[in-house]
Amino acid sequence: MFHIYCPYCGEYREEEEFHPKGEAHIVRPEDPETCSDEEWGDYLFFRHNPRGIHHEMWVHAVGCRKFFNITRNTATYEILETYKMGEAPSITAESRDDRAAAEAETAEKQEGVRA
Amino acid sequence: MQRYSGFGLVKHALSHHENWQRQWRNPTPKKAYDVIIIGGGGHGLGTAYYLAKEFGIRNVAVIEKGWLGGGNTARNTTIVRSNYLWDEAAALYEHSMKRWEGLSQDLNYNVMFSQRGVLNLGHTLQDMRDIQRRVNANRLNGIDGEVLDAKGVQELVPIMDCSKNARYPVMGASWQPRAGVARHDAVAWGYARGADALGVDILQQTEVTGFKIRDGQVYGVHTNRGDIEAKTVGCVAAGNSGVLAKMAGLKLPLESHPLQALVSEPLKPVLDTVVMSNHVHGYISQSDKGDLVIGAGIDGYTGYGQRGSYPTVEHTLQAIVEMFPIFSRVRMNRQWGGIVDTCPDACPLISKTKVKGLYFNCGWGTGGFKATPGSAHVFAASLAKGEMHPLAAPFSIDRFNTGALIDEHGAAGVAH
Repeated sequence: MFHIYCPYCGEYREEEEFHPKGEAHIVRPEDPETCSDEEWGDYLFFRHNPRGIHHEMWVHAVGCRKFFNITRNTATYEILETYKMGEAPSITAESRDDRAAAEAETAEKQEGVRA
Repeated sequence: MQRYSGFGLVKHALSHHENWQRQWRNPTPKKAYDVIIIGGGGHGLGTAYYLAKEFGIRNVAVIEKGWLGGGNTARNTTIVRSNYLWDEAAALYEHSMKRWEGLSQDLNYNVMFSQRGVLNLGHTLQDMRDIQRRVNANRLNGIDGEVLDAKGVQELVPIMDCSKNARYPVMGASWQPRAGVARHDAVAWGYARGADALGVDILQQTEVTGFKIRDGQVYGVHTNRGDIEAKTVGCVAAGNSGVLAKMAGLKLPLESHPLQALVSEPLKPVLDTVVMSNHVHGYISQSDKGDLVIGAGIDGYTGYGQRGSYPTVEHTLQAIVEMFPIFSRVRMNRQWGGIVDTCPDACPLISKTKVKGLYFNCGWGTGGFKATPGSAHVFAASLAKGEMHPLAAPFSIDRFNTGALIDEHGAAGVAH
């Protein structure tokens, strides 16, 4: 069960108080009337659905009832951070990739030493 | 291929069952095939089987990163039915149902298809209106179905609490007598054995790491066992379809969610049909081994972890115990999760893509098992002819841009 830190309440609460609301940071087209069918369909239905780092919207449904964002790993289910609406995530797939690559490089070097 | 029969069973008993033929080979990959299927679950193996058997394309490889039927084929609750609301979906699932009815004979493999009927319960007036509408639609499409009242349900399932004292009293149900359950592993194994006998190479523990695409045409895949070439590639990877699509530079309208199920300790026969309830959300049947097979709802968040959350299990068991007070002390043996790839309209994607020669069959979400033979057949027909089969055509990825959605949330059975 998730233990989720609500950035508005400033407390950790149990998963059952929250509802997931899907991918975060989806921007509504500024002028929907001029959207092509393709653009509008993409906005409504197409999602990134990554295996790994995912930014998603949650609502503290039986708490403060405010929406906020979570950065979570969809493979390990680890919650990496929670942040308020309108804020940018501090951890992204790209930043993690850099770190993983650096770690792999270090590991490789260490193996080289051992060999 | 050695054919299975009662006589064979007796013959092999004389040699202590030590000389049974292996069901399929474990070949090394060839350099090139006519068709590559990615995903060795029921749908993928079935596609290869029908390609070889009905469309004469035998130079086919099935690439599976794990072992056969180790994904959702082995993780579902084995329910087979075809009582879907809309014409397009009903036609596809009924196509499948008709193939289920002869599948054991066709494959010479006992898939233990048992037409014990499925009840979809209604607990509110609106539920009952929806059930009547769906059953009427089914009958117009030539699919069997009846509307039962609470008394009719009680007669079919004497152990269920159909009284007015329940928290959500049962008001009635839809009843599809031809529906039932099947042995899920046997479906994968039967298709694998049949396909292998017709010359299909089944490559297990082979993971696709990328696609070879030139001028918008796919011509092969990269795998951890080297490159394999083919001008036609069908992706049937359920929860991992999105990951594959990303490798080809495509985006799919799918989200992968954990869906859980659990089985109890084995009991003496007590429930001889399948009971599903959308409203309180739980579905249950009893396997031939005697254990109760219970399906939960999906977790609302996306996840690839093949495990779900405890609150979801708890809610499901509350619903089951509310419907069947007799099960309140039954102990649960095992609980697991699968990754289901859900579409916004709860219908699958069987589609060409922007990349020529690259096809996807995915998005079956919470109800793919029942569709295995039908999905495999129409997908094989589409791959063989390069044109989508008429039953598959409405499930194109284009529908999310044209707006021609097929909203089956009501009949999908699992809320999402």
